[in-house]
Parts: sequence; C-alpha cells; structure tokens
Amino acid sequence: MTEERHLTCINCPMGCPLTVTIEDGKAVSVTGNTCKRGENYGMKEVTNPTRIVTSSVRVKGGELRMVSCKTKEDIPKGKIFDILKAIEDIELQAPVKIGDVVLANVCDTGVDVIATKNVGVKA
Amino acid sequence: MYDVAVIGAGCTGSAIARYLSRYQVKACVIEREEDVCDGTSKANSAIVHAGFDAHTGTMKAKMNVRGSEMMEDLSRELDFPYDRNGSLVVATADQDASLLDELKAQGEANGVKDIRILDEAELKEMEPNLADGVVKALFAPTGAIVCPFNMTIALAENAADNGVEFFLNTTVEKISREGDHYLIETDGKPIKAKAVVNAAGVYADAINNMVSSHKYHITARRGQYNLLDKTAGSHVRHTIFQLPTKMGKGVLVTPTVHGNLLVGPTAEDIDNKEGVNTTADGLGSLPKTSALSVKNIPFREVITAFAGLRAHEDGGDFVIGEAEDAPNFFNALGIESPGLSSAPAIGEYLADMVAEKLGLLKNPNFNGTRKGILDPSKLSIEERNELIRKEPAYGQIICRCEMITEGQILDAIHRTLGARSLDGVKRRTRAGMGRCQAGFCSPRTMEILEREVPMSAFDVTKTGGQSKIVIGYNKRV
Amino acid sequence: MKNYDLVIVGGGPAGLAAAVAARDNGIQDILIIERDDRLGGILNQCIHNGFGLHTFKEELTGPEYAQRFIDQVIERKIDYKLNTMVMDINPDKQVTAMNREDGMFVIDAKAVILAMGCRERPRGALNIPGYRPAGIYSAGTAQRLVNIEGYMPGKKVVILGSGDIGLIMARRMTLEGAEVKVVAEIMPYSGGLKRNIVQCLDDYGIPLKLSHTVVDIEGKERVEAVTIAEVDDHMKPIPGTEERYECDTLLLSVGLLPENELSRQSGVELSPVHRGPIVNDSLETNVEGIFACGNVLHVHDLVDFVSQEAAQAGKNAANFILHGEKKAERIVKINPTGGVRYTVPAFIRPEEMDETVTVRFRVGAVYKNSAVATYFDDECVARRKKQVFAPGEMEQVILKKSDLLAQKDLKEITIRIEEA
Repeated sequence: MTEERHLTCINCPMGCPLTVTIEDGKAVSVTGNTCKRGENYGMKEVTNPTRIVTSSVRVKGGELRMVSCKTKEDIPKGKIFDILKAIEDIELQAPVKIGDVVLANVCDTGVDVIATKNVGVKA
Repeated sequence: MYDVAVIGAGCTGSAIARYLSRYQVKACVIEREEDVCDGTSKANSAIVHAGFDAHTGTMKAKMNVRGSEMMEDLSRELDFPYDRNGSLVVATADQDASLLDELKAQGEANGVKDIRILDEAELKEMEPNLADGVVKALFAPTGAIVCPFNMTIALAENAADNGVEFFLNTTVEKISREGDHYLIETDGKPIKAKAVVNAAGVYADAINNMVSSHKYHITARRGQYNLLDKTAGSHVRHTIFQLPTKMGKGVLVTPTVHGNLLVGPTAEDIDNKEGVNTTADGLGSLPKTSALSVKNIPFREVITAFAGLRAHEDGGDFVIGEAEDAPNFFNALGIESPGLSSAPAIGEYLADMVAEKLGLLKNPNFNGTRKGILDPSKLSIEERNELIRKEPAYGQIICRCEMITEGQILDAIHRTLGARSLDGVKRRTRAGMGRCQAGFCSPRTMEILEREVPMSAFDVTKTGGQSKIVIGYNKRV
Repeated sequence: MKNYDLVIVGGGPAGLAAAVAARDNGIQDILIIERDDRLGGILNQCIHNGFGLHTFKEELTGPEYAQRFIDQVIERKIDYKLNTMVMDINPDKQVTAMNREDGMFVIDAKAVILAMGCRERPRGALNIPGYRPAGIYSAGTAQRLVNIEGYMPGKKVVILGSGDIGLIMARRMTLEGAEVKVVAEIMPYSGGLKRNIVQCLDDYGIPLKLSHTVVDIEGKERVEAVTIAEVDDHMKPIPGTEERYECDTLLLSVGLLPENELSRQSGVELSPVHRGPIVNDSLETNVEGIFACGNVLHVHDLVDFVSQEAAQAGKNAANFILHGEKKAERIVKINPTGGVRYTVPAFIRPEEMDETVTVRFRVGAVYKNSAVATYFDDECVARRKKQVFAPGEMEQVILKKSDLLAQKDLKEITIRIEEA
C-alpha cells in the first residue's frame, strides 16, 4: 500500500513543503526538500517524529532565578511532557555554564538536558 | 468614634478630607478599592473647565467657577501638574453660532473671566489643525488641564499627612443612625462617626438611600476615550470642545499635562455601575465625531483606550449638603462633569459646612503643602548627578517610555498612602503609562514591589483584589 | 567620562555584531550601551531553538546564539556598560546616558550606531474593546515572566496574533503547564514562519483561526473570558460569528515597532512604512555618522539577518570614522512597488557603495507563484521566482556595484512582485 503525506519541514525558516511517500508503513522517498536535512526530517517525521525540547530550571544563588536548558539532541515527540516533568524539581547551584548537564539521560532517551545560558553567582 | 467618616476616596472625597484636615478633627476616609483615585477620578477628560457650561445659579456653575479659581494655587501647594492651556468651543458653518454667544453670556453670568468669541482667522492662527468647517469659537483662557491622578492622590496624601485615616479595600454595606452618631458597617470592621460625608461616586445614591428618605437615583453615564502617543500631543494646544450637534454632545480633543493627546468621551447611559468596558461602537465613533472639530488626528498613534462612568443624578445638578431628614449626613452626590474641576470647591464648601455643624476648631498644625514625587527630568544634569550620588536608584530607568527611575518608584511605594499595585505605581509615577503600556516595565516594577513592600510575587496585583499578575511557578500551575 | 570613537546604542544581537565588525575594521574605542543587566538583548528570553542556522550552520537557542557574539565582544575587549539608559542623542553625535554608578554623562562620539531593537504593539494600538483587567500581556512580556522570572501569567490562554512570538508563546505556555485554547489572527494568513505553525501549534493541537480578532474582553479584575469573531475583507467583525472562550489570560502578538524615540531626538528621518530610519547603502541615516541596524531599522524575521546587517553597519561606521564621509556623486532611489512595501536601504550611491549591497524588504500580502523583479529604470535586470512570498518573511535582492556603474544615467531602481 502506498500513501503520501504532506509536511512542512521545520528544520529551518524556509519551511519547505515536503511530500513523503510511504509504502507499507515505511517512508521510501521525500520530495519538495531543498537540502539533505529536509529529506531526513521527512523520513523521520512519518515514522518516529522527534523534537528538541527547551525549557528552564531554577538556579540557587544566581544572578538570575532561572537558567534556560534544552535536550542536547532531538528526542521522541511523545516524550516531551515526560521530560518536562522530569526536570520540574531540578534546582541548580550557580554558577551555571552553557553546556552544563542539567539532567543526564533524561527519561532513558540517551539524551542529556543541558544548560543554554551562563548564570553567574549573585553579587 | 470618628468625628467624620468620608465615604469614597476619589477626587471629591479626597478634597473633602483634605479641607476637613484644616480643622481639629478625627476623620477617616473609607474606600472600597485598594488605592485612592480608583474610580471615575482616574478615567475622565482631565480638564479644569472654565465654568461656562453649567446653567447659572446651579451648584455645578458655582462649584466649577470656584474650583477653577482655586486650582492653580492648589496645584502649587500640593505639587501636581496643572496647565492653563485655554479652551475653545468651536462651531462649524452649518451650526447656529448664536449658541456660542449664549454660552458666553452664561459664562459671564457665572463669573468666568476673559471669555471672548474668536473668528476664523484668529482660530486658524491659534490652532492650525482645527477642522476646515470651523468658523467661530468661544475662547476661555482660564480653561486648563490637570493630572487627575496626582491631583487626587495629592489631596489624599495631604489629608493623611494632616491626620486623616484611610481605610482602603473597605466596602460600606450598611449605615444606621445610633443615637448621636452613625454606625457604618463594612466588609471589614464597623466604623462609628458623628458625621458622614457621602462622596461615593456612582454609588452615592445607594449610600444616601441607606439613611435618607429623600431617594436619589444615579445613572452611570459611560464615556469612552482614546489616548494617543506623545508624538501626537502637540496636535492641538488648547482643549477643543464642540457645540452639541444632532449627533450628540460631541467630544473633546485635548493635550494632556503629560503631553499626550486625549480624544473623547462618548456618552452612553448604562445600567451597570461597574461597566467600565470600552465597546467597538464607542471607540469606533471617536474618529468621526472628533473630525468635526479637529482634522487629521493621527489615530494610528493610539496607545490605549479607557472608559469612565459619570455619576449622573436624575435632577441633573450636583447635590451638595446635609440631607434634610438625616442630621450630620452630608452628600456630595451626582458629581459628574465638571466634578474634577469642582473638587477643591466642593471639598472646601462641605468641609466648612461639616466643621460649622460639629463646631470644629481650626487645626493650628495644619500643613497645606505637600511635595510630589520628584521629576528628575526637570533637573539640570548637575542636580541630577548630585541626586544619583545620594540615591543611586535615581540613576536606574525602569519605565523606558516615560523615563521613570527606580528612585521615583521607591518614593511612590514608601510615601504616605504608598502604592501597592502596578496601577498604583503607574498613577503616581507614570511608569507604565507610555507607549508600550507597561509591557517593558511591569515585570521590573513587580520585582520592586516584591522587594520593597515586601510582598510575594503572587500577591502583586494590577489594581487590587484578584487582579494578580502571575499565578504560580512554571510547570506548577 | 572617556570619549569614544563609536557608541553603539543597544547590546542585543545587532549591537554586538556591529561592535565586533567595527573593531575588526580598525576601530579601537568602541562603547556598547545596554539598558538591561546583561548583553544579548531579547535573545536572553528567546530560550527556544532555531537560531543561527545561517550564521553558525547549527541550531542554537537564543541565549546560546547571543553568547557566541558576547564572547567575541569580550575577546576583543570592547567596552560596554550595562544597566545604562541612553537618554538622548543629538545631531552632533553627543550621547547622553545614565546609570547608577556614573550618573548622567555625555559622550562625544565620532559615529553612532542605533541598535535599540523594537518593541511590541500594545493592546491600545488595536483598540480592542472590553474591560482592562489583569491578565492581558504582550507575548514578549509573558515570555519574560515565564522564561526569565519563572512565573506563569495564567493557566487558560487565548492568543491574538500569529506572529512568531505569539506562536512561540503558544508552545511555551503549553509546555509550562497552561492550556492554550486558540490563536486568532486578523489577517487571512499567519504573520509567523510556517515551521512555527507546525512545531508550536500543530504539534500540540492548538487551533489557528485566521481572519479572526478579539471583539470583547470580560472580567473586571482578572480576565474571565475573551470573545473572538471572524472578520470580513475590511477586517470588520462579522456579527453572528462570535465565539466566547473562558480564559484567564490574553496574550497579544500583534506586531513589532522599531524603537525609535532616540532616533527621532537625534534628527534621524524615519520611514512611515517600516517606521525605522531611512538609510543609504551604508546603512547611514540622514544624520552624518549615525548608522542603524537590526530591528530598530526594520523588523527582521531571523536574527541571522540582523547579525549580517549589523556587521555591515559596523564596518561602514568604521570606514566613516577612519576615512570620513565622501560626498555622493549621485544617488539612485529604490522604488518599492507592486507588493513590495519598503526597502532597506532606500537609496544607493553607486560610486560609493560596496561591491554588493543586500536590499532587504517585506511584501504586503501573500503572493503565490510569483517573482521578485528588479528594474533599472524600465529595464528588468533580474527576476527570481518563488512559490510563496509572505509578509511574515523578509526578502532580499542583491545589487552589484558593477551593474550600477555600467548604467551612468540610471535614475531609479524598482523592485516589485510580479506574476511568475
């Protein structure tokens, strides 16, 4: 059985309109993309959609109350809210540097949540 | 036991309290909102009318003319912004210009000084943006504009500094006569007072009707306005009124004391005394109506819209004085336009009346002056640096639109009857009143309130009650 | 106070990139003046990813993108002042600023770069009727509350405006525990990027209602409900189409305006269309030595383009400081028409311009299967087809100096959208 799915690529602001051809539940081709990333996105989006999750967690003793964070790589879309739950109670101690691990291997995804902002110690 | 309890801390109630404090009196003001100046006094045309509108012999005429005379000195004593910019009532060619002569005669009979009729040439010289159809106008050089927030707050602060107590967040529920005094039951503690002054705005009828068999009825007459950016503030220099037309009473176009342009109000009788909402029809009518007197108003520069409720009593005049069947119960009722202009006169008149009735003695310690919040933009660079050296908070801008410093906000919070909400800070300092309408400064002002009051971020409100700004922590709501 | 050759007003992405470029082009004395307590500007609260694909070939969050430029500024030991507000700039390039430590001070600069960014249009600008309770925030204010302060402004949310900040905030509010009921957009198309509609709305099942606006706000103290209605071709609400949403929060993402109070004070002429300064090919305003870049010049869609433009402004300001202003031999106006709302720059000096100049612009409506065409007077010299042109996205045309020099009698360049 052949099926076509129409998607908008979210890799970059160009937002290419993609057509993914699916045969027997497997993505076989992507058209409409302008780059390789678009093809990868199209293939993945119809089988195992993933996203980068960004949020923020609290900091103790910092010049800011919150430090922003993200999953270092994309994670399965279905796990977004589990990940947010997992970081809900985390409080880091200042100073925090970009790249510091906030939570390793979040929800067994094999992906770390890392800080995306430098937060110095409160003067 | 209080000698006097004033109900309502709008401009009228605050003025009464201030003039009462010239006497040796134990007085209080009861206000249902979290701050003074939180009803009609905060949402009006910000005009000091010269006094030609009201029919000769009415309380409106008497109080308006007297209030207008008092205002300039008062603005100096209490340090609030006031500008005698003059006003024009304009007539177009298709209107009956004799109405202007009638207004002039009425003004003269009321005691308004220096009013005169101007012809087209003079007008176009004075106000190049008057509509092309305008041919004649009544000019009143004593017409003025004022900051209604700071005027009311100044009166209240001065009253408080002279010993009047303020009960905010307190709603009057019932008033009864008990022997030689009144018992005022509220949603807080009950208050006993020998005399009561009713300055309850749109609710003054309800307050009066609790104690007097002479029933009054007040209709909320809504007025909607557009406020324009300061870039439009010099579009006109005078306050431009219209003659009544078939389309209605007309709207005014005026600069404000802070340099914005104000257009409004509409006039609609509504049956909701809390109905301070604007409507699409109301706001939509303003460009068309205002174009009759002023051309090319840049409505693209509108920064906010608001509505206020005039307390219109069926009789049409101010009701000021002691109720005939309720001794020591005094009304300041039906105070619609020109209520702001009349406030000092009503305050003086009623305070003297109450004092005479209660036999109050002059207060030898009365201090009639009050210093407003400093406006650093009026200082020289040297003076400003001196100030910042002493108080570094004056070097930190919090509101970027109006260039309001942290120092001013700290003063607003810590002075007499200090601000406890974002709007309280806004009305005292103008932080949040500019073109971005508090988008930039509200998180910062919130932080200052949190630290200085001190209070939890979750208790900071826009304007008291349930008007909270934030409701919980991320992921935990 | 020490005097500086170059004062840059604003330490956001534009100011940072301009500073780096000016230093790399030979200017030593540079001061960045930033009103906030850290460099980076609005990027500090844009904690979502999607920045830097053009510049760094990787996908960064806002704070990470900002940090790359902050690091470059620090490596170059460029001076900056935080918590400092510029109060005034005059046409003689005297910059008056103020902070707690230094008080009010004046700097005589040889050149000034305006990089103040933009601000959000408030509710008033739309004249939305109703009450004025707590719970109405511009999307950017809500973004700051959530991402910087860690506070939720509300739990049940309606969003007006589908600009990128509105879309991003729809997702943010959802991720942080709120329910976003609907995003209403008065235009028949979204003002945001397509990918943001997919990953911010579609991913979370948030409906987008095009050609809808807010017609009433209920609640005296805090927002209790918002009513939206469909609008007709004249953007007037259609009676009978009202839908009422119970909510405690209304977020507004209804447009951005360049922050030009200081530009105005300094005598800089502003465009009535993009509302930023009118500049020439070197991004210089009508006031000699005052340059502009980033969102204060015109509102950009991507920060990468802000950085590019700002680097250009930095380089040009450096040239101005080092070599002074050359009197333009001739000026060729760019005429935006046929769907092109404005161009930045607004005119070109062929003899003085760089080898290439990027002309950036936005279109006024959605154009499908169209082309952007460039005319030298009546002659079409370039044409580029595109499936869709949308107002939410910035477009560009690159002009070559050699082409302009070849046409000695060139009077006007026209850029327009045409059917493909």
